[in-house]
Amino acid sequence: MAFDDAVRNSYQADIQAIKAAGLFKEERYIHSPQHSEIEVEFPLGSGLRKCINVCANNYLGLSSHPDVIAAAHAGLDSRGYGMSSVRFICGTQDMHRELEHRLTAFLGAEDTLLFPSCMDANAGFFEACLNERDVMIADRLVHASIIDGMRLCKAMQDTFKHSDMEHLEEKLIEHQDKRLRMIVTDGVFSMDGDTAKLDRIVELAEKYNAMVFLDDSHATGFIGRTGRGTHEHCGVLGKIDVITTTLGKALGGASGGCVSGRRELVEMCRQRARPYLFSNAVAPVIVAGALKVMDLITASTDRRDKLEWNARYWRGLLKEAGFDIKEGDSPIVPVMLYDAKLAQDFARDLFDEGVYAVGFFFPVVPKGQARIRTQMSAAHEKHHLDSAIAAFRKVGRKHGILGLSKKELIAMCAV
Amino acid sequence: MDELTKMVRDYVIKEYLEEGDEREVTETTPLISGGIVDSFSMVSLKRFLERKCSIKIPDDDATPQAFDTVQSIVALVRRFQQVPV
Repeated sequence: MAFDDAVRNSYQADIQAIKAAGLFKEERYIHSPQHSEIEVEFPLGSGLRKCINVCANNYLGLSSHPDVIAAAHAGLDSRGYGMSSVRFICGTQDMHRELEHRLTAFLGAEDTLLFPSCMDANAGFFEACLNERDVMIADRLVHASIIDGMRLCKAMQDTFKHSDMEHLEEKLIEHQDKRLRMIVTDGVFSMDGDTAKLDRIVELAEKYNAMVFLDDSHATGFIGRTGRGTHEHCGVLGKIDVITTTLGKALGGASGGCVSGRRELVEMCRQRARPYLFSNAVAPVIVAGALKVMDLITASTDRRDKLEWNARYWRGLLKEAGFDIKEGDSPIVPVMLYDAKLAQDFARDLFDEGVYAVGFFFPVVPKGQARIRTQMSAAHEKHHLDSAIAAFRKVGRKHGILGLSKKELIAMCAV
Repeated sequence: MDELTKMVRDYVIKEYLEEGDEREVTETTPLISGGIVDSFSMVSLKRFLERKCSIKIPDDDATPQAFDTVQSIVALVRRFQQVPV
């Protein structure tokens, strides 16, 4: 069928509806490497604005680290640009396996398989490892990619209220008739910045004979005393059956992800996970950079320690200024505004003050839970955070929200 | 409010509202379009209805529209209560 006017009009109406609902997303062009300070072209065609970036997943500040860049260059020179193949045909270099071994050791797992992204790992895992006799019981705030992966799987889907262990226990009791039970959770929840109660989850998994699936994308490299992740933080290293995580955040921020865990589950992914089977191998240049990242994060905890300090300092600054923030101890610090329009206006005003942050609202977060999600990085220096809080204070005063409680904020926006 | 309506409403409140969530759930409150129940979590509601009411709701009938209010859920249950399992 030709892309005729009727088809075009239909899509244009959909796009208009997205705009009318205030959900239209626009890209801002960054003209510099990813870092604590970036140069941004926004709106399109305007001059470059230098901003402090408080919304990148660049937790360890390794996205533009000179050693990682040098290692990536060396990998490019020695192993080429692309593999032109999926892994199991002729796409596996020795480096891929080396990186998998390094990730296995770091995460305290039995084996690891690289995927093009963690989105792909999550999309492929469930269908490869579970069937219609099984059940997946997921925290209601797990990442969208997990929900997509679960939808592709024939196993029964169920959910439990966010971090509600009593509700999870009820569900585990209810599903004792299933062949396999898998509890599914994020380690650090990306929108709220809180941490899963993994110690309690493991306890329940042992009591009710269930496996545990953990997406630790917002934790690997920096949560836990040596940065192993949420399982280290909660004292359950070695007790998680499946960990999916990403190379696209703290571990260099380029792309790539993995499934890491029990040998047999990883092998099932190698045999059956469709995003692994039908996508190209992770590019050599990224593997080489990631290997250097593994060297850096195993040699020293300095970066995760600095990140921890930055996160604590930033939380303190926001509280002292009178913002309503979500409690937690991760580098994700959501500033709650509740109203979608206010969140958008606030982010725009911050940009005018030289701080790059983004407003999040429904459907990314529940209705009435709009917020500015701020994320700390080891690349931030104290002066960045002091400048950023000055901008937050100024914009907060402009909107008259400093010192307001949740109820007061909601009431103010309702007027 | 009849017994079936009350049972569905009570389940929705217990299963989907978080502690401290003061939103009112009436027979006509939009559940899915109103953001109280997400389509992913709808599965537990379907299973609850099937178990409690001894019915089988085909996946094609378990649409977000059919599950959008307590009233429409009750109508759906009544429709399938007339179908032998």
